[in-house]
Amino acid sequence: MVEPAATKGPAARTADVATLLERIPFARFLGMEVERKGNELTFILRYAPHLIGNPILPALHGGVIGAFLEQSALLELVWDLRLERLPKPIDVSIDYLRPGHPVDTYARAVITKRGRRVANVRAEAWQDQRAKPIAALHGHFMMSPAEAQKE
Amino acid sequence: MTAESDTERTRQTIFRIMQETAFARALDMTLVSAAAGVAVLKIPYQEKLVGNPDTGIVHGGVITSLLDHTLGCAVFSALETLELIATLDLRIDYMRAAEPGRDIFAHAAVTKIATSIAFASGTAYHDEPGDPIATSTAAFMIVTDNGRKAGASRG
Repeated sequence: MVEPAATKGPAARTADVATLLERIPFARFLGMEVERKGNELTFILRYAPHLIGNPILPALHGGVIGAFLEQSALLELVWDLRLERLPKPIDVSIDYLRPGHPVDTYARAVITKRGRRVANVRAEAWQDQRAKPIAALHGHFMMSPAEAQKE
Repeated sequence: MTAESDTERTRQTIFRIMQETAFARALDMTLVSAAAGVAVLKIPYQEKLVGNPDTGIVHGGVITSLLDHTLGCAVFSALETLELIATLDLRIDYMRAAEPGRDIFAHAAVTKIATSIAFASGTAYHDEPGDPIATSTAAFMIVTDNGRKAGASRG
């Protein structure tokens, strides 16, 4: 029998998130990875030429950054709340703060509020300097009824 | 100049921009139609776009990418000269899951072009915008000085 996420330690749950990332075709297509430092997950978006949205600057596509932040928020929920299933996005709002240069991008997400069915999450993406985010997302995500009953 | 040739030029311009955009190409986005201030784009269903491996449902980020690009194309098509635009913010409301195996369309229209800012809104759908997968609004910065000219002509 597979051990439930509820009783797993941080390392095992991080390994689960990494495995989940490998299983999500669009996360693979973007080129996402995850690393854990203590109780914080950092998501990594490896730069690749197919992620460019503005060939003149050049800069990462707004959709790439939005998708990266949304996936980071979803996986933070899975990791932090020990979910067995991916939540569904209800709405997301993305502020684009600086151009995304053609280099690796990082993201961290924080659960602002966990309700019975709905969680509010904030996520930030940065490149060279954590203090200079390139984009910020906040959104609401729906957890499955089965997950809600766990509480 | 006739309205028809104007529309054709708009379509050609947007088509060129789409061709030059690596991420739009990577997602196999295509232009369905465009007119001044309006654009319709399409993404065909592909396995690589899946966000939930258990259901086969396309990733929310794909919808976000399609809407961001379609809203941007609508803004491009409303400008009199080719300007650089940058998304300031983008809001997406997910109304229902996209159906596995089906193409996704997005329709976007410019709400207002001001001096250096443009507002647009749009909808992602399978069959018709009236049955949306997601709706979206966005604000764009028109980066070059010529934005003033584009804004002035639209009152």
